Amino acid sequence: MTAPVTVMVTGGGVNTVALAVLIALFLVVTVLGFYASRFKRAESLDTLDEWGLGGRKFGTWITWFLLGGDLYTAYTFVAVPAAMFATGAVAGFFAVPYTIILYPIIFIFMARLWSVSHRHGYVTTADFVRGRYDDRSLSLAVAITGFLATMPYIALQLVGIQAVLEVAGVGGSDNIIAKDAPLLVAFAVLAAYTYSSGLRAPAVIAFVKDILIYVVIIVAVVYLPSEVGGWDAIFGAAEEKMTTTNEVTGAPQGSFIPGSEAMWAYATLGLGSALALFMYPHSITASLSSGSRDTVRRNAALLPAYSFVLGLLALLGWVAIAAGTDPTGLDGEINPQLVVPQLFEDFFPAWFAGVAFAAIAIGALVPAAIMSIAAANTFSRNIYKEWLKKDATPAQEAKVSKLASLVVKAFALVFVLTLDRQNAINFQLLGGIWILQTFPAIVFSLYTRWFHRTGLLVGWAVGMVYGTYQAYQAINPITGKHFGSPLDPIPGIGDLGYIAMTAFALNLLVTVVLTLVLRAANVSNGSDATEPGDYYADAHDPRVRYDLEHQDDPWRGEPQAK
Amino acid sequence: MSLGKDTSRSGTPDVPVTDKRKIAAAGVLLLIPVVALLWVDTYAREDPKLFGFPFFFWYQFMWVFICSAMTWAAYKLTLSARAPRKGDDQ
Repeated sequence: MTAPVTVMVTGGGVNTVALAVLIALFLVVTVLGFYASRFKRAESLDTLDEWGLGGRKFGTWITWFLLGGDLYTAYTFVAVPAAMFATGAVAGFFAVPYTIILYPIIFIFMARLWSVSHRHGYVTTADFVRGRYDDRSLSLAVAITGFLATMPYIALQLVGIQAVLEVAGVGGSDNIIAKDAPLLVAFAVLAAYTYSSGLRAPAVIAFVKDILIYVVIIVAVVYLPSEVGGWDAIFGAAEEKMTTTNEVTGAPQGSFIPGSEAMWAYATLGLGSALALFMYPHSITASLSSGSRDTVRRNAALLPAYSFVLGLLALLGWVAIAAGTDPTGLDGEINPQLVVPQLFEDFFPAWFAGVAFAAIAIGALVPAAIMSIAAANTFSRNIYKEWLKKDATPAQEAKVSKLASLVVKAFALVFVLTLDRQNAINFQLLGGIWILQTFPAIVFSLYTRWFHRTGLLVGWAVGMVYGTYQAYQAINPITGKHFGSPLDPIPGIGDLGYIAMTAFALNLLVTVVLTLVLRAANVSNGSDATEPGDYYADAHDPRVRYDLEHQDDPWRGEPQAK
Repeated sequence: MSLGKDTSRSGTPDVPVTDKRKIAAAGVLLLIPVVALLWVDTYAREDPKLFGFPFFFWYQFMWVFICSAMTWAAYKLTLSARAPRKGDDQ
């Protein structure tokens, strides 16, 4: 770790103390990451259940830290306050209702998904769809969507780390090696311990991440407002900025409190994001790693603690307005994503700024690890085993998964280092639209087989194409570039709404109409490997043990006679 | 794929006996926060303020706690709505 330090201190404006604290905390989590392979030790990590799901035995508190560390990503911590700072409540504060209504929604379906996955050894949602309809195409569609949506999300975790490093004074060097060396080192280390410890690594590191985040945000929210004149002054400054007319667009700069024209935008952003979040492979991976059916439900009541913190964090974007924070990057351009790290550097002693930087940077490592594991599991289970090597053993599956986790991370790194950061953000916007289109095939299928598999597949395709096209057509009024906004006029209503939800509505319509036609025509809806009782199975269900002992095909309902 | 064979192997019944009224009550508890927060018109205003926070903000923060409590209550209701199955841990 000494090499990056020497590189750093040669740059201008480097905050040496903050960097030292950041590096020290990074070293701590590195040790923890490698040590994690011994956590709740298994005989061997050579199966997807062990490497990719931590043995499916995490209890309520581990799951709370793991899911919290997984869902509330570094990018969230950087981007939500940035959106508040730049354009206000509709773009930023919707994250609060989103992460509140998220939990009643997952409370309802996650227990069923957990049970059927536990009973049949499913590791991914595509596994479940495969078992429910015996349909390889629909399963592949779900797998590929999950994989594609996850990639830019991993890349954005790197963007979060970059923001911290930039404020700390690293990254502005003209020498590309020196500029990106810290990021390369951080990701190489992350890749190494994820490879060796699997899901146990982020599970252990999540404790450090979440505690750091709580401490940093609470200290900031207690201390900062009085420094800038209290909450009255903060909201006053925000209102003034947001209602000022933007010279380029002629419209207000942003929204202070959503007006009547923004109601649909605020509500559909919240609902669409809440429905989509647990369709992402990394959310499913963390949920399925829990040890019992009720663990996720208990967590649905406990996880909103993080939403409270996220709301406070969002308001830090407005604290920065009142404080006059200047988020100018090392390249001399204004980058709102630097606003939170910059705020900490301006107002706190260097060592505490270092703790805050570490909270964000470590905050990137946990989701990046889980996302790469989840994407890798999807690849090995639903593409490698399903399409390339049908007779793969559990050990081969795990091996492919471990290698795939490296490839996925390498790809994310190349993506961020070679392309404009804006590309990652655009793809993340698309990813959110895409992943929601898998909702009917996954969640509705947990309850009913009324929907026809072909209808679900065509509905998914229509939603994907429509959503992608609309997102491309959304022009940013200031820069004039495509993918400028997640919002678009809702057909039939006229107000702006979240494109993912419009695409979702179209997806549903197509699915229902086709289902009616295909059912009337008596077209086969595939065979179902699951039984009604599977959706209620709990830990230590005797049938689960039976199946695992007999290593049978996870997609089949019954063990095969051998 | 037959149910009979499966039951004889494990002795686990299919679907637990469920008190539908309790499940419905839990459903209502879970639905309330979703409706409340998606109905933006009811809270997109500045007054009354609380500790300098416009209504819009403190109201949504308040729902973090209400939603959490309702979800916990729904959890307790679903537990009592379904008798433990033979073969389950509880």
